[in-house]
Formats: sequence, structure tokens, C-alpha cells
Amino acid sequence: MENFTPYSALLGGVLIGTAATLMLWVNGRIAGISGILGGVLFPVKTDALWRVLFIIGLLSGAVVHIIVSGSAIRFEPQATPLTSVLAGFLVGFGTRLGSGCTSGHGICGIARVSRRSFTATLVFMLTAIITVFTLRHIPGMTP
Amino acid sequence: MNERPNQPLALVAVYLSGLLFGLGLTVSAMVNPAKVIGFLDIAGNWDPSLALVMIGGLLITLPAFQLILKRDRPLLESRFFLPARTDIDRRLIGGAILFGIGWGLAGLCPGPALTALVTLNSSLVLFVVAMIGGMIIHRITLS
Repeated sequence: MENFTPYSALLGGVLIGTAATLMLWVNGRIAGISGILGGVLFPVKTDALWRVLFIIGLLSGAVVHIIVSGSAIRFEPQATPLTSVLAGFLVGFGTRLGSGCTSGHGICGIARVSRRSFTATLVFMLTAIITVFTLRHIPGMTP
Repeated sequence: MNERPNQPLALVAVYLSGLLFGLGLTVSAMVNPAKVIGFLDIAGNWDPSLALVMIGGLLITLPAFQLILKRDRPLLESRFFLPARTDIDRRLIGGAILFGIGWGLAGLCPGPALTALVTLNSSLVLFVVAMIGGMIIHRITLS
């Protein structure tokens, strides 16, 4: 467990929770990234601008982190280009079919004590763990 | 009951929420797929950090959402925009499974994928394009 970073993880989580709280308190909306992005692709009425601003906000957060920390963001890809395309497709399709992702179900839905979100979070966590186990620990399964 | 997502103050709040969210994802290093796979790989060199991100988030959202949802309406909107469904159906489960497979394949979910775009990593760009493609195909075929 030498990679465990409890303090930065907890602090990051608190920042994410604060972000979701601000969104619900002021705007009455769920800070679910797949829902926000999905709504940009097929906007209804005046519903696109706030979504685009939220996504620009996400990128701004990364820029602020680069400026304050003075170092680049560590991004170590774990998949080949082909697997990245397959994974991206599954994440896009799956989060829309299942009405949410880690943020909408995991952080916001559980906080609303939603049975659907508890279930979805449990299912995607377990599926992801099984997927990683299959790829990394079953011989011959590594792409 | 008019929806007013485009009032200047509401848009400032949305941008700030996005910024805090992106900062949380970078501070906790959840934008790094290696960190996420480190959590999902329970049989490997396990890194529990992602669990602490969830706990940190819920530490804020669980109590805050209960308080906020007691209000008649949000600060700057006419009503709350919350999912109304409570049933657990095949789409919820199927979507969560597909998402979980994609998440496990690449170590990326929608929030970190968008936030990490500042790195301009080529496999990430492929992932995001495919993710948007998956969302569009879901829309065309199943909604």
C-alpha cells in the first residue's frame, strides 16, 4: 500500500463534495458529469450554456492545480489506443444507459439516499474490479 | 415555474462548482488512470485512495444534501432538478455494467477524463472522442 495517499485523497474528496453541494444549493442541479456532458450534446432550450461553463470549470480546476503546485498533471495511460477507444465507448454508452457515473450516482445519488444510485454504484464498482482482475491476473487475458 | 439557468450569478456558481470539482479530481490524483487502477486492482498492489475520495465527498454531500433538500427551492432557481425514478430496471444495471467494464479497461470515468484533457494526452483524447460517440449512439438507438 505504498501508493496510498490518504490526505490528498480526502482533501480532493472534500473539494468534490463541496462542488456538488454548491451546485445543488445554488442551482438545484446534480453535479453528475455524464449527465452534464450528455446534455451538451443534445441541448434543450437554454440548457447548454451552464453545462459548457461547468466543463470549462473542470479544466480550469486542473489549470489552477498546475499553477499552484508548479508541476504538470500526472497522467499515466493504462490502456492501448485501441482499448482506450473501446473503453471510452463503453463509458459513454453505459453512463447514459445507466443514468449516471461515479459523480452523479456515487457522490450525489448516495447523498440523496437514492436506491437506484446505491445499486448502480455497487454494480459499476464490482464490474470494474472484476474487469481489472481479469485483465491483470488471469493469464492470457492481457490485451 | 420558469427555469433560469442563465442568470449571471447562477452561471458564476456553476463555473465555480466545476472549478472546485476539477481541483478535487487533480488534488486527489483521480485524473491519473494509474491511481484509479491501483484502487480497482484489489489483488495487486492495492491503493485505497479512491475510497477516501468517495468518503471525503460523502462527508460533505450526505449532511449538506439533507439540509438543502429541506428548502422549498435552491437559491437561484425556481425548483430542484432531481431524477424522479426510484425503480431498479435493466437499463440501470446494464448501463452500470457497461460503464464498469469501460472504467476498468482504461481507469477513466467521465469527470477525470474531461478534466485531464489539459494534458492533451493522445490516448485520453481517443477515449473522450469515443465516450462522446458512445453517448451519441445511445441517444440515437435507445432514447
